Amino acid sequence: MIAKQVSVFLENTSGRLNEVTNILGEAGINISAFSIADTSDFGVLRMIVPDPDKAVTVLKANGFSVQTTPVVLLTTPNQPGSLAKALKILSEEHIFIEYLYAFSMNEDSAVVVIRPSDIERCVGVLNHFFIQPEK
Amino acid sequence: MIWNESIECASREEMRKIQSERLIDTVQRVYQSVPAYRRKMQEAGLVPGDIKSVDDLVKLPFTTKSDLRDNYPFGMFTVPMSEIVRIHASSGTTGKSTVVGYTRKDLRVWAEVVSRTLMMAGVHREDMVQIAYGYGLFTGGLGMHYGCENIGASVIPISGGNTEKQLQLMQDFGTTVLACTPSYSLFLAEEMEASGIKKEDLKLRVGIFGAEPWTENMRREIESKLGIKAIDIYGLSEIIGPGVSCECEFQAGMHVNEDHFIPEIIDPETLKPLPEGAVGELVFTTVTKEGIPLIRYRTRDLTRLNFEKCQCGRTLVRMEKCKGRSDDMLIIRGVNVFPSQIESVLLEMSETAPHYLLIVERENNLDILKVMVEVQEQFFSDEIKMLESLRKKITHKIQSTLGISVEVKLVEPRTIERTAGKAKRVIDNRKI
Repeated sequence: MIAKQVSVFLENTSGRLNEVTNILGEAGINISAFSIADTSDFGVLRMIVPDPDKAVTVLKANGFSVQTTPVVLLTTPNQPGSLAKALKILSEEHIFIEYLYAFSMNEDSAVVVIRPSDIERCVGVLNHFFIQPEK
Repeated sequence: MIWNESIECASREEMRKIQSERLIDTVQRVYQSVPAYRRKMQEAGLVPGDIKSVDDLVKLPFTTKSDLRDNYPFGMFTVPMSEIVRIHASSGTTGKSTVVGYTRKDLRVWAEVVSRTLMMAGVHREDMVQIAYGYGLFTGGLGMHYGCENIGASVIPISGGNTEKQLQLMQDFGTTVLACTPSYSLFLAEEMEASGIKKEDLKLRVGIFGAEPWTENMRREIESKLGIKAIDIYGLSEIIGPGVSCECEFQAGMHVNEDHFIPEIIDPETLKPLPEGAVGELVFTTVTKEGIPLIRYRTRDLTRLNFEKCQCGRTLVRMEKCKGRSDDMLIIRGVNVFPSQIESVLLEMSETAPHYLLIVERENNLDILKVMVEVQEQFFSDEIKMLESLRKKITHKIQSTLGISVEVKLVEPRTIERTAGKAKRVIDNRKI
Protein backbone atom coordinates (compact mmCIF):
# COMPACT_ATOMS: atom_id res chain seq x y z
CA MET A 1 0.00 0.00 0.00
CA ILE A 2 1.20 3.49 -0.70
CA ALA A 3 1.24 5.80 2.28
CA LYS A 4 2.07 9.48 2.81
CA GLN A 5 5.21 9.76 4.89
CA VAL A 6 5.87 13.01 6.72
CA SER A 7 9.48 14.32 6.50
CA VAL A 8 10.89 17.13 8.61
CA PHE A 9 14.18 18.97 8.16
CA LEU A 10 16.08 19.20 11.44
CA GLU A 11 19.31 20.84 12.42
CA ASN A 12 21.60 18.74 14.56
CA THR A 13 20.95 20.71 17.70
CA SER A 14 19.75 19.35 20.98
CA GLY A 15 16.06 19.60 21.66
CA ARG A 16 14.81 19.79 18.11
CA LEU A 17 13.50 16.22 17.98
CA ASN A 18 11.87 16.72 21.33
CA GLU A 19 10.10 19.78 19.95
CA VAL A 20 8.64 17.87 17.01
CA THR A 21 7.38 15.04 19.19
CA ASN A 22 5.89 17.56 21.62
CA ILE A 23 4.00 19.37 18.88
CA LEU A 24 2.59 16.13 17.55
CA GLY A 25 1.74 14.88 21.04
CA GLU A 26 -0.16 18.05 21.86
CA ALA A 27 -2.04 17.79 18.58
CA GLY A 28 -3.03 14.23 19.52
CA ILE A 29 -1.12 12.66 16.66
CA ASN A 30 0.35 9.24 17.28
CA ILE A 31 3.62 8.30 15.58
CA SER A 32 3.39 4.78 14.18
CA ALA A 33 6.97 4.63 13.02
CA PHE A 34 9.88 6.95 12.46
CA SER A 35 13.51 7.05 11.48
CA ILE A 36 16.17 9.70 11.29
CA ALA A 37 18.70 10.08 8.52
CA ASP A 38 21.54 12.32 9.56
CA THR A 39 24.69 14.02 8.35
CA SER A 40 27.12 15.91 10.55
CA ASP A 41 25.09 19.10 10.24
CA PHE A 42 21.48 18.21 9.72
CA GLY A 43 19.01 15.35 9.72
CA VAL A 44 15.75 14.37 8.11
CA LEU A 45 13.08 12.92 10.37
CA ARG A 46 10.72 10.56 8.54
CA MET A 47 7.44 9.44 10.10
CA ILE A 48 4.40 7.35 9.45
CA VAL A 49 1.39 8.87 11.24
CA PRO A 50 -2.35 8.13 11.00
CA ASP A 51 -3.19 11.66 9.86
CA PRO A 52 -0.27 13.01 7.79
CA ASP A 53 -2.10 16.13 6.58
CA LYS A 54 -2.80 17.25 10.11
CA ALA A 55 0.80 16.55 11.12
CA VAL A 56 2.06 18.68 8.22
CA THR A 57 -0.27 21.53 9.17
CA VAL A 58 0.77 21.67 12.82
CA LEU A 59 4.47 21.34 12.07
CA LYS A 60 4.38 24.04 9.40
CA ALA A 61 2.51 26.27 11.79
CA ASN A 62 5.48 25.86 14.12
CA GLY A 63 7.95 26.90 11.47
CA PHE A 64 9.35 23.55 10.37
CA SER A 65 10.25 22.64 6.80
CA VAL A 66 7.91 19.71 6.16
CA GLN A 67 7.21 17.58 3.16
CA THR A 68 5.20 14.49 2.40
CA THR A 69 6.66 11.67 0.36
CA PRO A 70 4.85 8.61 -0.99
CA VAL A 71 6.30 5.40 0.43
CA VAL A 72 5.37 1.73 0.20
CA LEU A 73 4.19 -0.06 3.34
CA LEU A 74 4.81 -3.76 3.15
CA THR A 75 3.54 -6.16 5.79
CA THR A 76 5.69 -9.24 6.21
CA PRO A 77 5.55 -12.13 8.67
CA ASN A 78 7.53 -11.25 11.78
CA GLN A 79 10.05 -13.99 11.27
CA PRO A 80 13.60 -14.49 9.99
CA GLY A 81 14.02 -14.28 6.23
CA SER A 82 10.86 -12.35 5.37
CA LEU A 83 12.59 -9.06 4.62
CA ALA A 84 15.28 -10.88 2.67
CA LYS A 85 12.63 -12.47 0.49
CA ALA A 86 11.00 -9.14 -0.34
CA LEU A 87 14.33 -7.45 -1.03
CA LYS A 88 15.42 -10.25 -3.30
CA ILE A 89 12.34 -9.75 -5.46
CA LEU A 90 12.91 -5.98 -5.66
CA SER A 91 16.55 -6.49 -6.49
CA GLU A 92 15.78 -8.96 -9.26
CA GLU A 93 13.32 -6.51 -10.74
CA HIS A 94 15.93 -3.71 -10.57
CA ILE A 95 13.93 -1.55 -8.24
CA PHE A 96 16.31 0.60 -6.24
CA ILE A 97 15.66 1.54 -2.67
CA GLU A 98 16.46 5.08 -1.58
CA TYR A 99 15.87 4.19 2.05
CA LEU A 100 13.97 1.75 4.20
CA TYR A 101 12.97 1.27 7.81
CA ALA A 102 10.80 -1.24 9.60
CA PHE A 103 8.78 -1.74 12.74
CA SER A 104 7.01 -4.77 14.14
CA MET A 105 3.26 -4.53 14.64
CA ASN A 106 2.99 -7.51 16.92
CA GLU A 107 4.46 -10.98 17.31
CA ASP A 108 3.06 -12.11 13.98
CA SER A 109 3.73 -9.31 11.53
CA ALA A 110 6.07 -6.46 10.80
CA VAL A 111 5.76 -3.47 8.50
CA VAL A 112 8.54 -2.34 6.20
CA VAL A 113 8.51 1.27 4.98
CA ILE A 114 10.19 1.48 1.58
CA ARG A 115 11.07 4.52 -0.51
CA PRO A 116 11.75 2.95 -3.91
CA SER A 117 13.10 4.55 -7.07
CA ASP A 118 9.84 3.79 -8.84
CA ILE A 119 6.87 3.57 -6.53
CA GLU A 120 4.26 2.29 -9.00
CA ARG A 121 6.51 -0.49 -10.26
CA CYS A 122 7.45 -1.40 -6.71
CA VAL A 123 3.82 -1.88 -5.72
CA GLY A 124 3.14 -3.74 -8.96
CA VAL A 125 6.06 -6.10 -8.48
CA LEU A 126 5.18 -6.83 -4.87
CA ASN A 127 1.53 -7.50 -5.81
CA HIS A 128 2.60 -9.73 -8.65
CA PHE A 129 4.64 -11.91 -6.35
CA PHE A 130 1.67 -12.31 -4.03
CA ILE A 131 3.10 -10.44 -1.21
CA GLN A 132 0.31 -8.21 -0.12
CA PRO A 133 1.50 -4.66 0.52
CA GLU A 134 -0.49 -3.62 3.57
CA LYS A 135 -2.02 -0.38 4.65
CA MET B 1 69.28 51.60 4.39
CA ILE B 2 66.96 53.99 2.60
CA TRP B 3 66.15 53.23 -1.04
CA ASN B 4 65.26 56.74 -2.18
CA GLU B 5 66.58 59.11 0.45
CA SER B 6 65.81 62.39 -1.32
CA ILE B 7 62.14 61.51 -1.40
CA GLU B 8 61.76 59.45 1.75
CA CYS B 9 63.48 62.06 3.88
CA ALA B 10 62.21 65.13 2.06
CA SER B 11 61.00 68.12 4.05
CA ARG B 12 57.25 68.73 4.27
CA GLU B 13 57.59 71.67 1.88
CA GLU B 14 59.48 69.62 -0.68
CA MET B 15 56.94 66.85 -0.44
CA ARG B 16 54.00 69.23 -0.80
CA LYS B 17 55.62 70.74 -3.88
CA ILE B 18 56.02 67.32 -5.51
CA GLN B 19 52.48 66.35 -4.56
CA SER B 20 51.03 69.60 -5.89
CA GLU B 21 52.75 69.34 -9.27
CA ARG B 22 51.71 65.74 -9.70
CA LEU B 23 48.15 66.32 -8.51
CA ILE B 24 47.61 69.16 -11.00
CA ASP B 25 48.86 66.93 -13.79
CA THR B 26 46.71 63.96 -12.70
CA VAL B 27 43.54 66.03 -12.49
CA GLN B 28 44.15 67.34 -16.02
CA ARG B 29 44.61 63.82 -17.32
CA VAL B 30 41.55 62.24 -15.71
CA TYR B 31 39.35 65.22 -16.67
CA GLN B 32 40.33 64.79 -20.30
CA SER B 33 40.26 61.01 -20.52
CA VAL B 34 37.66 59.62 -18.12
CA PRO B 35 34.02 60.69 -18.67
CA ALA B 36 33.07 59.57 -15.15
CA TYR B 37 35.58 61.99 -13.58
CA ARG B 38 34.69 64.82 -15.92
CA ARG B 39 31.01 64.45 -15.05
CA LYS B 40 31.71 64.38 -11.31
CA MET B 41 33.89 67.45 -11.48
CA GLN B 42 31.34 69.30 -13.58
CA GLU B 43 28.65 68.43 -11.05
CA ALA B 44 30.86 69.89 -8.35
CA GLY B 45 31.34 73.00 -10.48
CA LEU B 46 35.06 72.34 -10.92
CA VAL B 47 37.44 72.65 -13.83
CA PRO B 48 41.01 71.28 -13.71
CA GLY B 49 42.35 74.84 -13.35
CA ASP B 50 40.70 75.09 -9.93
CA ILE B 51 43.23 72.62 -8.55
CA LYS B 52 46.35 74.69 -7.97
CA SER B 53 48.03 72.81 -5.15
CA VAL B 54 47.61 69.87 -2.81
CA ASP B 55 45.51 72.17 -0.58
CA ASP B 56 42.78 72.06 -3.23
CA LEU B 57 42.54 68.26 -2.97
CA VAL B 58 39.60 68.59 -0.57
CA LYS B 59 37.51 70.26 -3.30
CA LEU B 60 37.57 67.15 -5.47
CA PRO B 61 34.78 64.56 -5.44
CA PHE B 62 35.39 61.12 -3.94
CA THR B 63 35.79 57.89 -5.87
CA THR B 64 34.40 54.63 -4.47
CA LYS B 65 34.44 50.97 -5.29
CA SER B 66 31.01 51.34 -6.86
CA ASP B 67 32.47 53.81 -9.39
CA LEU B 68 34.84 51.06 -10.44
CA ARG B 69 31.96 48.61 -10.62
CA ASP B 70 29.79 50.98 -12.66
CA ASN B 71 32.62 51.41 -15.12
CA TYR B 72 33.54 47.70 -15.20
CA PRO B 73 35.87 46.53 -16.53
CA PHE B 74 38.01 49.27 -18.11
CA GLY B 75 35.86 52.42 -18.00
CA MET B 76 38.08 54.23 -15.49
CA PHE B 77 41.29 53.61 -17.44
CA THR B 78 42.95 56.81 -18.58
CA VAL B 79 45.05 55.37 -21.40
CA PRO B 80 44.22 53.24 -24.45
CA MET B 81 44.45 49.47 -23.95
CA SER B 82 47.60 49.38 -26.10
CA GLU B 83 49.40 51.18 -23.26
CA ILE B 84 48.24 48.68 -20.61
CA VAL B 85 50.71 45.87 -19.98
CA ARG B 86 49.18 44.19 -16.92
CA ILE B 87 45.72 43.63 -15.44
CA HIS B 88 44.97 42.74 -11.82
CA ALA B 89 41.61 42.32 -10.13
CA SER B 90 40.16 41.94 -6.67
CA SER B 91 36.69 41.21 -5.35
CA GLY B 92 33.99 43.76 -5.95
CA THR B 93 30.97 44.30 -3.76
CA THR B 94 28.45 42.33 -5.79
CA GLY B 95 30.27 39.64 -7.64
CA LYS B 96 31.98 41.76 -10.28
CA SER B 97 35.70 42.23 -9.78
CA THR B 98 37.43 45.53 -9.28
CA VAL B 99 39.76 45.70 -12.26
CA VAL B 100 42.97 47.70 -12.46
CA GLY B 101 45.42 48.17 -15.32
CA TYR B 102 49.10 49.11 -15.28
CA THR B 103 51.21 50.81 -17.92
CA ARG B 104 54.93 50.11 -18.17
CA LYS B 105 55.56 53.21 -16.10
CA ASP B 106 53.03 52.07 -13.47
CA LEU B 107 54.94 48.82 -13.09
CA ARG B 108 58.17 50.77 -12.65
CA VAL B 109 56.53 52.94 -9.97
CA TRP B 110 55.21 49.81 -8.28
CA ALA B 111 58.66 48.19 -8.26
CA GLU B 112 60.06 51.46 -6.87
CA VAL B 113 57.60 51.72 -3.98
CA VAL B 114 57.96 48.03 -3.11
CA SER B 115 61.75 48.47 -3.19
CA ARG B 116 61.40 51.27 -0.65
CA THR B 117 59.23 49.13 1.59
CA LEU B 118 61.68 46.23 1.42
CA MET B 119 64.48 48.51 2.54
CA MET B 120 62.25 49.82 5.32
CA ALA B 121 61.79 46.22 6.44
CA GLY B 122 65.56 45.75 6.42
CA VAL B 123 65.69 43.53 3.33
CA HIS B 124 68.72 43.83 1.03
CA ARG B 125 70.20 42.25 -2.06
CA GLU B 126 71.83 39.38 -0.17
CA ASP B 127 68.44 38.19 1.03
CA MET B 128 66.54 35.14 -0.15
CA VAL B 129 62.86 36.14 -0.25
CA GLN B 130 60.18 33.47 -0.23
CA ILE B 131 57.01 35.01 -1.63
CA ALA B 132 54.07 33.00 -0.33
CA TYR B 133 51.45 35.53 -1.40
CA GLY B 134 49.27 34.26 -4.23
CA TYR B 135 50.51 34.97 -7.73
CA GLY B 136 47.81 35.80 -10.24
CA LEU B 137 45.01 38.32 -10.38
CA PHE B 138 45.72 39.14 -6.73
CA THR B 139 48.38 41.85 -6.54
CA GLY B 140 50.28 40.38 -3.57
CA GLY B 141 52.57 37.89 -5.28
CA LEU B 142 53.60 39.77 -8.41
CA GLY B 143 53.75 43.11 -6.60
CA MET B 144 56.30 41.85 -4.08
CA HIS B 145 58.10 39.90 -6.78
CA TYR B 146 59.15 42.82 -8.97
CA GLY B 147 60.13 44.92 -5.97
CA CYS B 148 62.41 42.15 -4.70
CA GLU B 149 64.01 41.72 -8.10
CA ASN B 150 64.42 45.48 -8.33
CA ILE B 151 66.58 45.61 -5.19
CA GLY B 152 68.50 42.56 -6.35
CA ALA B 153 67.28 40.09 -3.73
CA SER B 154 66.83 36.43 -4.71
CA VAL B 155 63.18 35.58 -5.16
CA ILE B 156 61.52 32.22 -4.51
CA PRO B 157 58.17 32.70 -6.29
CA ILE B 158 56.48 29.79 -4.53
CA SER B 159 53.06 31.51 -4.28
CA GLY B 160 50.49 30.61 -1.62
CA GLY B 161 49.66 27.23 -0.12
CA ASN B 162 51.61 23.95 -0.35
CA THR B 163 52.82 24.25 3.23
CA GLU B 164 55.08 21.20 3.17
CA LYS B 165 57.01 22.56 0.21
CA GLN B 166 57.20 26.00 1.81
CA LEU B 167 58.97 24.48 4.81
CA GLN B 168 61.17 22.28 2.65
CA LEU B 169 62.45 25.19 0.54
CA MET B 170 62.81 27.38 3.59
CA GLN B 171 65.30 24.85 4.96
CA ASP B 172 67.00 23.82 1.70
CA PHE B 173 67.35 27.29 0.16
CA GLY B 174 68.08 29.14 3.39
CA THR B 175 65.18 31.61 3.07
CA THR B 176 65.87 34.78 5.04
CA VAL B 177 62.70 36.74 4.30
CA LEU B 178 59.15 35.46 4.26
CA ALA B 179 56.35 37.41 2.60
CA CYS B 180 52.78 36.20 3.20
CA THR B 181 49.66 36.95 5.21
CA PRO B 182 50.29 37.11 8.99
CA SER B 183 47.84 34.29 9.65
CA TYR B 184 49.63 32.05 7.18
CA SER B 185 52.95 32.73 8.90
CA LEU B 186 51.46 31.48 12.17
CA PHE B 187 50.09 28.47 10.38
CA LEU B 188 53.58 27.77 9.00
CA ALA B 189 54.99 28.12 12.52
CA GLU B 190 52.58 25.50 13.81
CA GLU B 191 53.35 23.15 10.96
CA MET B 192 57.04 23.59 11.77
CA GLU B 193 56.37 22.59 15.34
CA ALA B 194 54.36 19.57 14.21
CA SER B 195 57.12 18.37 11.92
CA GLY B 196 59.91 19.03 14.41
CA ILE B 197 61.55 21.95 12.60
CA LYS B 198 63.07 24.44 15.04
CA LYS B 199 63.36 28.14 14.28
CA GLU B 200 67.10 27.75 14.85
CA ASP B 201 67.18 25.36 11.87
CA LEU B 202 66.07 28.22 9.62
CA LYS B 203 67.81 31.39 8.48
CA LEU B 204 64.60 33.43 8.59
CA ARG B 205 65.25 36.99 9.69
CA VAL B 206 62.36 39.15 8.52
CA GLY B 207 58.70 38.63 7.71
CA ILE B 208 56.73 41.05 5.55
CA PHE B 209 53.11 40.48 6.33
CA GLY B 210 50.04 42.13 4.90
CA ALA B 211 46.77 41.74 2.99
CA GLU B 212 44.79 41.31 6.22
CA PRO B 213 44.48 43.05 9.57
CA TRP B 214 46.52 41.73 12.50
CA THR B 215 47.15 42.77 16.06
CA GLU B 216 50.22 43.55 18.13
CA ASN B 217 49.60 40.28 19.99
CA MET B 218 49.81 38.37 16.75
CA ARG B 219 53.02 40.21 15.95
CA ARG B 220 54.60 39.13 19.23
CA GLU B 221 53.50 35.57 18.67
CA ILE B 222 54.88 35.44 15.12
CA GLU B 223 58.15 37.06 16.17
CA SER B 224 58.73 34.63 19.02
CA LYS B 225 57.65 31.50 17.17
CA LEU B 226 59.64 32.20 14.01
CA GLY B 227 62.47 34.19 15.61
CA ILE B 228 62.05 37.05 13.16
CA LYS B 229 61.13 40.71 12.93
CA ALA B 230 57.55 40.92 11.70
CA ILE B 231 56.88 43.95 9.50
CA ASP B 232 53.42 45.18 8.51
CA ILE B 233 52.90 46.14 4.88
CA TYR B 234 49.77 47.80 3.50
CA GLY B 235 48.30 48.09 0.06
CA LEU B 236 45.21 47.66 -2.02
CA SER B 237 44.94 46.80 -5.67
CA GLU B 238 42.93 49.93 -6.51
CA ILE B 239 45.82 52.12 -5.39
CA ILE B 240 48.62 49.86 -6.72
CA GLY B 241 48.84 46.70 -4.59
CA PRO B 242 51.39 46.02 -1.84
CA GLY B 243 53.78 48.91 -1.32
CA VAL B 244 51.35 51.73 -0.59
CA SER B 245 52.86 51.87 2.89
CA CYS B 246 55.08 49.78 5.15
CA GLU B 247 56.69 49.80 8.57
CA CYS B 248 60.38 50.41 9.05
CA GLU B 249 62.55 48.57 11.56
CA PHE B 250 61.12 50.75 14.36
CA GLN B 251 57.66 49.31 13.75
CA ALA B 252 56.05 52.62 14.62
CA GLY B 253 53.46 53.06 11.89
CA MET B 254 53.58 52.42 8.17
CA HIS B 255 55.40 54.97 6.00
CA VAL B 256 53.15 55.99 3.15
CA ASN B 257 54.77 56.47 -0.25
CA GLU B 258 53.03 59.81 -0.35
CA ASP B 259 54.84 61.22 -3.37
CA HIS B 260 52.75 58.66 -5.30
CA PHE B 261 49.71 58.18 -3.09
CA ILE B 262 48.46 61.18 -1.12
CA PRO B 263 46.62 60.09 2.02
CA GLU B 264 43.79 61.95 3.75
CA ILE B 265 41.66 61.04 6.74
CA ILE B 266 37.95 61.85 6.53
CA ASP B 267 34.90 61.35 8.67
CA PRO B 268 33.08 58.46 6.91
CA GLU B 269 29.70 59.97 7.85
CA THR B 270 30.14 63.65 7.02
CA LEU B 271 32.94 63.05 4.47
CA LYS B 272 34.74 66.09 5.92
CA PRO B 273 38.53 65.99 6.41
CA LEU B 274 39.53 65.30 10.01
CA PRO B 275 42.27 67.13 11.92
CA GLU B 276 45.76 65.66 12.07
CA GLY B 277 45.95 62.62 14.33
CA ALA B 278 42.22 61.86 14.37
CA VAL B 279 40.99 58.37 13.50
CA GLY B 280 38.86 58.21 10.38
CA GLU B 281 38.56 56.70 6.95
CA LEU B 282 41.70 56.59 4.84
CA VAL B 283 41.40 58.18 1.40
CA PHE B 284 44.06 58.04 -1.31
CA THR B 285 44.71 60.07 -4.41
CA THR B 286 47.20 58.50 -6.79
CA VAL B 287 49.29 61.18 -8.46
CA THR B 288 51.64 59.24 -10.74
CA LYS B 289 49.52 56.37 -11.96
CA GLU B 290 48.77 56.29 -15.68
CA GLY B 291 46.58 53.21 -16.16
CA ILE B 292 43.91 53.99 -13.62
CA PRO B 293 44.58 57.08 -11.53
CA LEU B 294 42.14 57.41 -8.64
CA ILE B 295 41.04 60.70 -7.16
CA ARG B 296 40.17 60.64 -3.44
CA TYR B 297 39.52 56.93 -3.41
CA ARG B 298 37.72 55.83 -0.24
CA THR B 299 39.57 52.77 1.08
CA ARG B 300 37.02 52.17 3.88
CA ASP B 301 39.97 51.38 6.17
CA LEU B 302 39.96 53.23 9.48
CA THR B 303 43.26 54.59 10.74
CA ARG B 304 45.10 57.83 11.56
CA LEU B 305 48.16 59.67 10.28
CA ASN B 306 51.32 60.79 12.04
CA PHE B 307 53.40 63.48 10.33
CA GLU B 308 56.32 63.43 12.77
CA LYS B 309 59.74 62.48 11.51
CA CYS B 310 60.53 58.85 12.31
CA GLN B 311 63.55 57.58 14.24
CA CYS B 312 64.66 55.89 11.02
CA GLY B 313 65.14 59.30 9.45
CA ARG B 314 62.22 59.09 7.05
CA THR B 315 59.77 61.94 6.90
CA LEU B 316 57.15 60.02 4.91
CA VAL B 317 53.87 60.31 6.80
CA ARG B 318 53.02 57.23 8.84
CA MET B 319 49.64 55.50 9.09
CA GLU B 320 48.72 53.33 12.05
CA LYS B 321 47.68 49.71 11.73
CA CYS B 322 44.13 49.73 10.39
CA LYS B 323 41.59 49.68 13.18
CA GLY B 324 38.66 48.35 11.19
CA ARG B 325 36.44 49.15 8.26
CA SER B 326 33.72 51.67 7.58
CA ASP B 327 31.85 49.12 5.48
CA ASP B 328 31.03 45.43 5.91
CA MET B 329 33.96 44.02 3.97
CA LEU B 330 35.67 41.02 5.53
CA ILE B 331 39.21 39.95 4.85
CA ILE B 332 39.42 36.17 4.84
CA ARG B 333 42.80 34.58 4.27
CA GLY B 334 43.87 37.81 2.60
CA VAL B 335 40.90 37.84 0.23
CA ASN B 336 38.29 40.59 0.33
CA VAL B 337 34.79 39.29 0.88
CA PHE B 338 31.60 41.32 0.82
CA PRO B 339 28.45 39.78 2.30
CA SER B 340 26.57 41.18 -0.70
CA GLN B 341 28.54 38.84 -2.99
CA ILE B 342 27.11 35.85 -1.15
CA GLU B 343 23.66 37.37 -1.21
CA SER B 344 23.80 37.77 -4.97
CA VAL B 345 24.82 34.12 -5.39
CA LEU B 346 21.87 32.99 -3.27
CA LEU B 347 19.48 35.26 -5.16
CA GLU B 348 20.65 33.81 -8.46
CA MET B 349 19.83 30.29 -7.30
CA SER B 350 16.15 29.51 -7.50
CA GLU B 351 16.35 26.99 -4.66
CA THR B 352 17.55 29.33 -1.96
CA ALA B 353 16.26 32.29 -0.08
CA PRO B 354 18.57 35.24 0.49
CA HIS B 355 18.56 34.65 4.22
CA TYR B 356 22.04 33.82 5.34
CA LEU B 357 24.49 34.32 8.13
CA LEU B 358 28.26 34.40 7.81
CA ILE B 359 30.37 33.15 10.68
CA VAL B 360 34.09 33.76 10.56
CA GLU B 361 36.35 31.75 12.83
CA ARG B 362 40.08 31.44 13.13
CA GLU B 363 41.03 27.80 13.63
CA ASN B 364 44.72 26.87 13.79
CA ASN B 365 45.48 30.38 12.57
CA LEU B 366 43.52 29.93 9.38
CA ASP B 367 40.32 31.78 8.72
CA ILE B 368 37.24 29.66 8.21
CA LEU B 369 34.16 31.15 6.59
CA LYS B 370 30.92 29.38 7.42
CA VAL B 371 27.80 30.25 5.47
CA MET B 372 24.49 29.34 7.09
CA VAL B 373 21.70 29.04 4.54
CA GLU B 374 18.07 28.43 5.39
CA VAL B 375 16.41 25.35 3.93
CA GLN B 376 13.16 26.61 2.49
CA GLU B 377 10.02 24.55 2.09
CA GLN B 378 10.30 24.57 -1.69
CA PHE B 379 13.76 23.07 -1.83
CA PHE B 380 13.62 20.77 1.14
CA SER B 381 13.96 17.23 -0.11
CA ASP B 382 13.22 14.13 1.89
CA GLU B 383 16.38 12.56 0.52
CA ILE B 384 19.71 13.28 2.17
CA LYS B 385 21.57 12.95 -1.10
CA MET B 386 19.45 15.72 -2.63
CA LEU B 387 20.11 17.98 0.34
CA GLU B 388 23.81 17.14 0.18
CA SER B 389 23.96 17.91 -3.51
CA LEU B 390 22.16 21.19 -2.90
CA ARG B 391 24.70 22.01 -0.22
CA LYS B 392 27.54 21.18 -2.61
CA LYS B 393 25.98 23.30 -5.35
CA ILE B 394 25.69 26.31 -3.04
CA THR B 395 29.25 25.73 -1.80
CA HIS B 396 30.59 25.54 -5.33
CA LYS B 397 28.79 28.70 -6.49
CA ILE B 398 29.93 30.73 -3.50
CA GLN B 399 33.50 29.45 -3.80
CA SER B 400 33.76 30.29 -7.46
CA THR B 401 32.42 33.77 -6.77
CA LEU B 402 34.62 34.53 -3.77
CA GLY B 403 37.70 32.59 -4.79
CA ILE B 404 38.11 31.04 -1.35
CA SER B 405 36.77 27.86 0.19
CA VAL B 406 33.70 28.07 2.42
CA GLU B 407 31.72 25.70 4.61
CA VAL B 408 28.03 25.82 3.80
CA LYS B 409 25.66 24.69 6.52
CA LEU B 410 21.97 24.16 5.88
CA VAL B 411 19.79 25.42 8.71
CA GLU B 412 16.08 25.34 9.48
CA PRO B 413 13.84 28.03 8.04
CA ARG B 414 13.32 31.20 10.04
CA THR B 415 16.22 30.39 12.36
CA ILE B 416 18.32 33.24 11.00
CA GLU B 417 17.37 36.38 12.80
CA ARG B 418 15.18 38.85 10.91
CA THR B 419 15.42 42.45 11.90
CA ALA B 420 13.40 45.38 10.76
CA GLY B 421 16.48 47.44 10.01
CA LYS B 422 19.86 46.30 8.78
CA ALA B 423 20.04 42.52 9.08
CA LYS B 424 22.91 41.07 11.05
CA ARG B 425 24.69 39.09 8.38
CA VAL B 426 28.11 38.55 9.89
CA ILE B 427 29.48 37.16 13.12
CA ASP B 428 33.23 37.55 13.21
CA ASN B 429 34.66 35.45 16.02
CA ARG B 430 38.29 36.14 15.12
CA LYS B 431 40.13 38.04 17.81
CA ILE B 432 41.65 40.63 15.52
